[in-house]
Amino acid sequence: MLDIRHVRKSFGALVAVNDVSFTIAGGQLLGLLGPNGAGKTTTVSLIAGLLSPDSGQVLVAGEPIRGDDDPRKRKIGFVPQDLALYDELSAFANLRFFGALYGLSGKPLDGAIHSALGLVGLTDRATERIKHYSGGMKRRLNLAAGLLHNPDILLLDEPTVGVDPQSRNAIFENLEFLKGQGKALLYTTHYMEEVERLADRVVVMDHGAIVANDTLAGLKALVPDAPGGRTLEAVFLGLTGRSLRD
Amino acid sequence: MALIPFFAMVRKDLLIFFSDRRSVIVSFVAPIAIASFFGAVFSGTGGDSQPTRIAVAIVDVDRSVISRGIVSGAQADEDLAVTTPDEVQARASVRVGEIPVAVVIPPGFGDAAGLAFLAGAEQPSLDLLFDPSKRMELAMVRGVLTQHVMQAVSREMFGGAEGQRLVEQALPQVQASTTMPEEERQRLTTLLTAVGQFNLQRNDSPAGEPPQGLTMPYVVREQAITSGENAEYNGYAHSFAGMAIQFLLFAMASLGVEMLLERQRGLWRRLRSAPVSKATLLSAKVASGALISLLILFVSFAFAMVVFGVRVNGSVGGFVLIAIGCALMASTFGLLVAALGNSPATARGITTLAVLMMVMLGGAWVPTFVFPAWLQEATRVVPVRWAVDGFDAMTWRGLGLNAALMPTLVLCGFAMLFAAIAFSRFRWEEG
Repeated sequence: MLDIRHVRKSFGALVAVNDVSFTIAGGQLLGLLGPNGAGKTTTVSLIAGLLSPDSGQVLVAGEPIRGDDDPRKRKIGFVPQDLALYDELSAFANLRFFGALYGLSGKPLDGAIHSALGLVGLTDRATERIKHYSGGMKRRLNLAAGLLHNPDILLLDEPTVGVDPQSRNAIFENLEFLKGQGKALLYTTHYMEEVERLADRVVVMDHGAIVANDTLAGLKALVPDAPGGRTLEAVFLGLTGRSLRD
Repeated sequence: MALIPFFAMVRKDLLIFFSDRRSVIVSFVAPIAIASFFGAVFSGTGGDSQPTRIAVAIVDVDRSVISRGIVSGAQADEDLAVTTPDEVQARASVRVGEIPVAVVIPPGFGDAAGLAFLAGAEQPSLDLLFDPSKRMELAMVRGVLTQHVMQAVSREMFGGAEGQRLVEQALPQVQASTTMPEEERQRLTTLLTAVGQFNLQRNDSPAGEPPQGLTMPYVVREQAITSGENAEYNGYAHSFAGMAIQFLLFAMASLGVEMLLERQRGLWRRLRSAPVSKATLLSAKVASGALISLLILFVSFAFAMVVFGVRVNGSVGGFVLIAIGCALMASTFGLLVAALGNSPATARGITTLAVLMMVMLGGAWVPTFVFPAWLQEATRVVPVRWAVDGFDAMTWRGLGLNAALMPTLVLCGFAMLFAAIAFSRFRWEEG
């Protein structure tokens, strides 16, 4: 479904992403881990079409994305780390706007909005301005906005930052449901337990490059004597080191 | 261009704008309130309203026939509102700013003025006490007073009893003068003798018309050149144009700052992940800004029309063209703010200053004719100047479509320039 081939992206002298390759199949959730500055967000931006790679290819269903208005971008849903929503508008108005950006209108748009709101449990609060929402509700709406156009691929950039356990659990259930529907999910996070719960494969990046790409069990086997035992966090620290990152 | 995303962007911007009560009040109510005030100040004397009279205090210490003539002449003048306090009160009134000018007619003024008029004697002084912050009124009072002094003195000299007395007093003085050249002395003696005879004849026939004295040798016919013979100048047309433009520029600057906030909040990352071109995203911003600007203009002018009788006496089509040009210029100005602003906080401060400078130099506060000549020329590079002049032309000047074309073209030119800079400089990512 999503095929990243030898992608490289630099900003001046800084190489943010260097020769990154991985694939995500339908019905699979890939956890993308890495310390701050590892290149995760740049990788997600490259896939979402926000940046163009210096070299390499991002293939969506076997085809590269060309230009800002390439219709193939409809196959991708993007859930940014920021709460990219309009506080002054209701949930319904927000979704109506984001759906229209993907060319949806009329009944199909209304249907998509009701489905997305139902999925994230916000149907009852749909007409309320979201500035009155809690952080967890906004996170769920942020997810809903990425799902409206029924994308095959969903990019989730730290989608659970700052939410309570209830909302986090609800988001996990949503993602498991989407996985079950055959969608390909790329999930970046700093929370190891989330990856342990959700991910089918894990890619670990550091200094712009991939240092590991395996299943959870495979990763744990890579660092059998990690200090602190065979937890994902211990493996992560074993792969990326203990030095602080800014 | 994808139309569904385009219209969705425009609709979203309008919803957000109207959801913010404060920005709606600032954009619609504030220009109406301030324009109403400026309109009242600068509206002049159109319609049935009475002309604004200059308040003048005249202190007649002399109490002569001539000084009383000056006072009564000034009291009858439609440009002056004359009071007659004593000198202490008059000085106090000027000092506290209640009246701009006080005139003190000193003792002996009438006699001295008469002798100076007829016999070239030393001119007496007339004391003008004035408020230094109101020099314009001083100049006007000085001009009006000259007429009344000349009239009162000459009237008395040619026919009045006081005049006859002064002639009789002046004649021996002239004849006895040793400093005056002989030829001049003889001519003046002849003149005074003739005036004395003229006065005696007038006094012998009391049924005749009272003496008029010297009057202005012409009358002025004033005609305001506006849109038509019966169309009065309406100062509200100018003030509403100016204030509407000022506040729509503020509204568009806010829209630009809002774009910076959207970028800060990561919204542009989400927008750009959709299959929508940059041109569509920015064009939609221009369109929504232009619509809001047009709405501000039309609401302001509608209020001015209903409440203050402002009329588009020129070309309605020209008025609409200028409004569209102005809206596009303002909207792309907002885009420029978003493109050049580093952060919302700094952009806010700088754009407030920029907007105030533009509207001040563009004649939105006071008409540009009060500027020095060089500044009037220099402000042609300010887009607001073209917008204000264009609206003036279409409203109270009553000019045709041709007069709207140049302002519209210039405003659209500014819009294209602003858009070109904004499109090339806009940063999509924070940092």
